[in-house]
Amino acid sequence: MNRRRFFGFLQKEFRHIFRDRRTMLILFGMPIVQILLFGFAITNEIKNVNVAVLDKAHDDVSHDITNRILSSEYFHLYQNLNSEKEIETAFQSGKVKVVVVFENNLAKNIYSKNIGNIQIISDATDPNTANTIVAYTRAILLNYQQDLNKGSKPPAIIQTEVRMWFNEELKGVYLFVPGVMTIIMMLVSAMMTSISLAREKETGTLEALMVSPLKSWQVILGKVIPYLVLSFSITLVTLGLSMFVFHVPIRGNIFLLLGEVLLFVITALSFGILISSIAPNQMAAMLISMMGLMLPTIILSGYIFPIDNMPVPLQVISNIIPARWFISMLRDIMLKGAGWSVVWKDTCVLAFMAVVFLFLASRRFKMKLR
Amino acid sequence: MNERVIATNITKSFRSTKALDAVSFSVNEGELFGFIGPDGAGKSTLFRILTTVMNADSGDALVDGFHLKDEIAVRSRVGYMPGKFSLYPDLSVQENLEFFAKVFGTTVQENYSIIKEIYVRLEPFKDRRAGKLSGGMKQKLALCCALIHKPRVLFLDEPTTGVDPVSRREFWEMLGRLKQSGLTILVSTPYMDEASRCDRVALIQKGKILDIDPPGVITKKFPLHVIAVKSDNMQKLRKDILKVEDAESVYGFGEFLHIAMKKENSSTEKIEFFLKQQGHQHTEVKIIEAGIEDCFMHLMEKS
Repeated sequence: MNRRRFFGFLQKEFRHIFRDRRTMLILFGMPIVQILLFGFAITNEIKNVNVAVLDKAHDDVSHDITNRILSSEYFHLYQNLNSEKEIETAFQSGKVKVVVVFENNLAKNIYSKNIGNIQIISDATDPNTANTIVAYTRAILLNYQQDLNKGSKPPAIIQTEVRMWFNEELKGVYLFVPGVMTIIMMLVSAMMTSISLAREKETGTLEALMVSPLKSWQVILGKVIPYLVLSFSITLVTLGLSMFVFHVPIRGNIFLLLGEVLLFVITALSFGILISSIAPNQMAAMLISMMGLMLPTIILSGYIFPIDNMPVPLQVISNIIPARWFISMLRDIMLKGAGWSVVWKDTCVLAFMAVVFLFLASRRFKMKLR
Repeated sequence: MNERVIATNITKSFRSTKALDAVSFSVNEGELFGFIGPDGAGKSTLFRILTTVMNADSGDALVDGFHLKDEIAVRSRVGYMPGKFSLYPDLSVQENLEFFAKVFGTTVQENYSIIKEIYVRLEPFKDRRAGKLSGGMKQKLALCCALIHKPRVLFLDEPTTGVDPVSRREFWEMLGRLKQSGLTILVSTPYMDEASRCDRVALIQKGKILDIDPPGVITKKFPLHVIAVKSDNMQKLRKDILKVEDAESVYGFGEFLHIAMKKENSSTEKIEFFLKQQGHQHTEVKIIEAGIEDCFMHLMEKS
């Protein structure tokens, strides 16, 4: 009899979720849109940048370098320039982002004086892109220089080294996937659960349920399970999307990863229940989860701003934010291929938080009005 | 008589305001017992305490023979329809009913006979979402949901608020029939005109019960005369009427002003003459039978 009661409640919860098409669409659509946005649009990568070449040398070195630049997938030759005057017009057209200028007698200078001058001029109206483009171009030049110096006498000068660990191509999507996953899970687990419970409070249905033989833990569990299923499946969709569309690697153990996801979802859910036990209505529940949860999660979790760059007080505060531990674990497992020996500490912190939230929530949430 | 609800000295405060102040009463088996009082009188709080949804500060009650402390026993014996019709707007009529049946550990089939008469009117709309129902239909569905587990005592908190007059009348007729089956019903309402539908009513104001009696007795024992007054200039009348000697209380009542006066002093001619002096025209002055509202206003002023 007791079980029938509980399943009746569970069935009702799933109905609420599936009936609310708009919310479902938002919940599943948002991570997909975000991942696609971060993957395609908001990215530090460059691709098919239009380049113009002003080749005053016209020797084998300048031809070699031009070929190297163009054979990479990053650059595309837009035009050949004949004089310095044309550079400005090229930029003004807005099509050309970078101009490479080879000096007169480039090959001769390199072979005789060991120094060759190549000028990289970029359109710095968008400084970020310009920086990236310059870095890419320099990397190609350096590469060429190294090849040139192979086995040859006094080496030419190497000035810079541009290298990014774990994301050599500076792929934005690698860094954003764990963040997006975390935000979505927070949203679905904590916010949706708290709103759904607060709604019952607001409309008085909870009052009607209080007279029923349902126990408070049954109500909590009945609220938690559907959202657990929901946020877990959304996470799988997000993960699948980033793996198959953007080839984000999962270098660590997938089961360890899913286990940590589950732990984080439970932490967020218990936080949601705690919020709804405090909030008198849906509006308050939403505000509390927005201000108390989403904002700190986005700002202080290391999702966008690196924690190491924060002032010390904020670094201390970031410790109490569950997402901080989760995101660092996700990055460890997904991108660095770390195992249990690395993430066990973070796991313990999260588990401890889950226990505390659950304890507080179950103490506060009673089948009674105050 | 078989008493189904016996409340003794129930007291409840929210911070500094006393919501209920030593409320005592008893309700008999098969009785339709009304709590009449304005918003904020403490009706909802009282119902919440009697259904164990809220704890009282002090005092106790026996509900169908069980103390309030014995929560599980009380909860399984009461049906409760909270102030707002607590239905799930996104679930259909049938789903709502089935949900409450399941949660209370029964099935719709098992207890269909209890709700049959009410539910037949909802049946054509059973696949409609509860949020799309009219106020009257919502009210009927909420009643079905409160009845589905065959309660012994039914608590209805302002069931007719926000419902059209026709549905209200239907609803009271339904309660009358439910009562016939031996169900004890406690109902609260801010509408004084609904008092006559109850077997007995308790007039409640600021957490205190002013009077408990059958509605007929309450009006009959009213010690004063009620005089209804009307004129062409009601605004002026409101001011002037205060100057009438021996008026115990004055208050608006629809298009009339009601004056309660001691029987020996009341004279329609005297008042009519006074009003003419003040320049009123088309005056209408008549002694009427006291209604529940008159009694309520008088008791309120006295307390």
